[in-house]
Amino acid sequence: MTGELGQLALCFALALSLVMAGAGLYGARTDASLARAMASSAALGMLVFVMLAFGALTYGFIVSDFSILDVASNSSTLKPLIYRISGVWGNHEGSMLLWVLVLSLYAGLVAFLQRGGPRLTSAALGVQGLLAAAFLLFILFTSNPFLRLDPAPFEGAGLNPLLQDPGLAMHPPMLYAGYVGLSAAFSYAAAALIVGEEAIRQQWVRAARPFMLIAWIALTCGIALGSWWAYYELGWGGFWFWDPVENASLMPWLVGTALLHSALATERSGAFRTWTLLLAIAGFSLSLIGTFLVRSGVLSSVHAFASDPTRGFFIMVLIVLAIGGALALFAWRAPSLQGGAAFEPVSRETTLLLNNVFLMAACACVFVGTLYPLVLDALNGTKISVGPPYFAITFAPIFFALLLLVPLGPRLNWRRGELREALRSLYPAMGIAAVAGLAVLAIATPRSLTAVGAFAMAGWLIGASVIDIRKRKGARAAAFASALAHAGLGVSLMGVTGTTLWRSEALEVMSPGQTMQVGPYTLRFDGVTNVQGPNYNAQRAHIALMDGGKESAVLEPERRLYLEQGQEVSDTAIRTTGLRDLYLALGDDRGQGRFTVRAYVSPLAPFIWLGGLVMALGGILSLWGRLRVKAPEPEKAASAQPIAAE
Amino acid sequence: MTPKKKRRLIFAIAVVAAGGVLAAGIVYQLGQNTMYFRSPSDVASGQVGKGVAFRLGGLVANGSVHHGSGADVRFSVTDGKSAVAVDYHGVLPALFREGQGVVALGSIDSRGTFTATEVLAKHDEKYMPPEVVESLKRAGRWKEGGS
Repeated sequence: MTGELGQLALCFALALSLVMAGAGLYGARTDASLARAMASSAALGMLVFVMLAFGALTYGFIVSDFSILDVASNSSTLKPLIYRISGVWGNHEGSMLLWVLVLSLYAGLVAFLQRGGPRLTSAALGVQGLLAAAFLLFILFTSNPFLRLDPAPFEGAGLNPLLQDPGLAMHPPMLYAGYVGLSAAFSYAAAALIVGEEAIRQQWVRAARPFMLIAWIALTCGIALGSWWAYYELGWGGFWFWDPVENASLMPWLVGTALLHSALATERSGAFRTWTLLLAIAGFSLSLIGTFLVRSGVLSSVHAFASDPTRGFFIMVLIVLAIGGALALFAWRAPSLQGGAAFEPVSRETTLLLNNVFLMAACACVFVGTLYPLVLDALNGTKISVGPPYFAITFAPIFFALLLLVPLGPRLNWRRGELREALRSLYPAMGIAAVAGLAVLAIATPRSLTAVGAFAMAGWLIGASVIDIRKRKGARAAAFASALAHAGLGVSLMGVTGTTLWRSEALEVMSPGQTMQVGPYTLRFDGVTNVQGPNYNAQRAHIALMDGGKESAVLEPERRLYLEQGQEVSDTAIRTTGLRDLYLALGDDRGQGRFTVRAYVSPLAPFIWLGGLVMALGGILSLWGRLRVKAPEPEKAASAQPIAAE
Repeated sequence: MTPKKKRRLIFAIAVVAAGGVLAAGIVYQLGQNTMYFRSPSDVASGQVGKGVAFRLGGLVANGSVHHGSGADVRFSVTDGKSAVAVDYHGVLPALFREGQGVVALGSIDSRGTFTATEVLAKHDEKYMPPEVVESLKRAGRWKEGGS
């Protein structure tokens, strides 16, 4: 029964999304207040029905209703409850339903908050309705999660074991909240182009800013979670692989970051009006392209649940329509768009412009490296892959140049800034940078110029943030948002540098009783026992961490064989001091109780994700300030403010 | 030329120059880091130069896996027509089996042995790397619906 209810709810949601699209777009006219009310009600109604459908599917997964094909092929009664629930989005159909649920949540929020006035909201809802309708059609025609299976099997096929993990249970909802959050910015940008009058059109940036912030926070958390998962689950000790799927989430983040900064300039000083519109369109376009890459099966990875050409084709058409439509709208309105406000070469605007230039350049590098193999394959069938060094070599210098400018921006005034004064206020940060660089040069081995530069940079970023925070003691929380977000960059940079340059690694075949050395640690292999989990059998190694001849801890990495899929997954053991990770993975069985053991010591590894968390916290502070206090009025030319409010 | 126009011109030149540098950097680095996918037959026909990094894909030949000292392992990769010997030092992926699909990253040394820096296998029972399917098809050893 629940399956049919879910299906019915989806059909109702589709009908309501169409109402929302029609009424919302019509409501952009001055005299259409009835249509506007209708669009808002339709948005809330659609949210209710999509929640119903999602609830129905979740119920099916929880009670293991194997008469639903999606449940039968992706779940089993042996799975713990949490993975039965996360299994809802651990497959193609369910994940698309989650996508639409998040889209509906944003639409509901747009309707509820009515930011930017009734006409702008209405047009934004109209665009959001079109997107929802497209995705609901996609679900109903190519990816229906409620298809029945007759006869129902006694047991389901189970979820991909790699996905049975608490970190990954939360990763897709986070990432989707980010991807789809950019749809709200996209809808507002399109709405601004649809609404005729300049006065109303100007309000879109301020109206959309909380949605940009939510999207950015969620993307930051989602990417950090995904990278953390790859670190502890894949057993390679790495945190980022420049895998196309990872890149698909990084590109919207880069554009989203650029959008946050460009929108700030547009809102506060009126600069970059046209550019901010284009960025909002580009951000969501990259989310769609990411979804296409991941879901169409053109890439083979843990994310490609099923490769079905009709699905890929459908998403491709959707991308072309969304991007093409938005750009056509842009071209239509372009003649009437006012140029941005002017500014001096030394000003806050210039630093934000450079911020955007560097972020877009970095995004371009990632974009080309990710899509080049696909294009080449499509053109002449040549199968190539672009190695990770490409990304490191092109991305790192651009990002480094960007980071160098970060502390400067908040210290320059809008329109016209004083470079010398800004630099003077940064003397302490330069001191911290120099000390950090010299300390690394003195202590760390092996000596590397990259490490010195990276730590000086981290000192520069964190030092500048500390100055900011000290200067504004007692200010409202939102005032610390940018300082925190920028400090997070410095923290992550230290983690990335430490892990990449100073990691020690050992790989040995160990017999019981044998010891091995990795970095400063001595490890004793005490053999392997067989353990039974709820839906897997595991070989669990007992490895003692030795401290001067005594055991100080026991680490237990595992190799799990998941019964339903016959798939082996490694479960690493990580012991962290906060400053350094000891990381163990159990390798293959070599007979007679001997096993390969892979061990890493990764200095500063936890900083990578701590930095992400700090960045997200900065975003949250900014958002909190936004929703609590009325947004600041655009500044007049003369008003001077030494440090930005965000 | 008015100062405003002059500034615009300088800005435009800067944008074009920066874009050119970026594009040149991207193209150059792509060329440096592109790894082609090759089947054992490609290697046998001498299409691959020595010391050039590439991805070798095929099936692990039956009975070819020999563990050396420590974490050294030797096996051969076949597409049914030709086979290439692979040397590897490291942990084999969980689903590394004889007769199963595998992709190895590395290059051919002066002795004609492929030294792998990384070995990837499929990550579940159903999955076969698409490149491996391709190379088996080309060698005429691919059966739809079974491996």
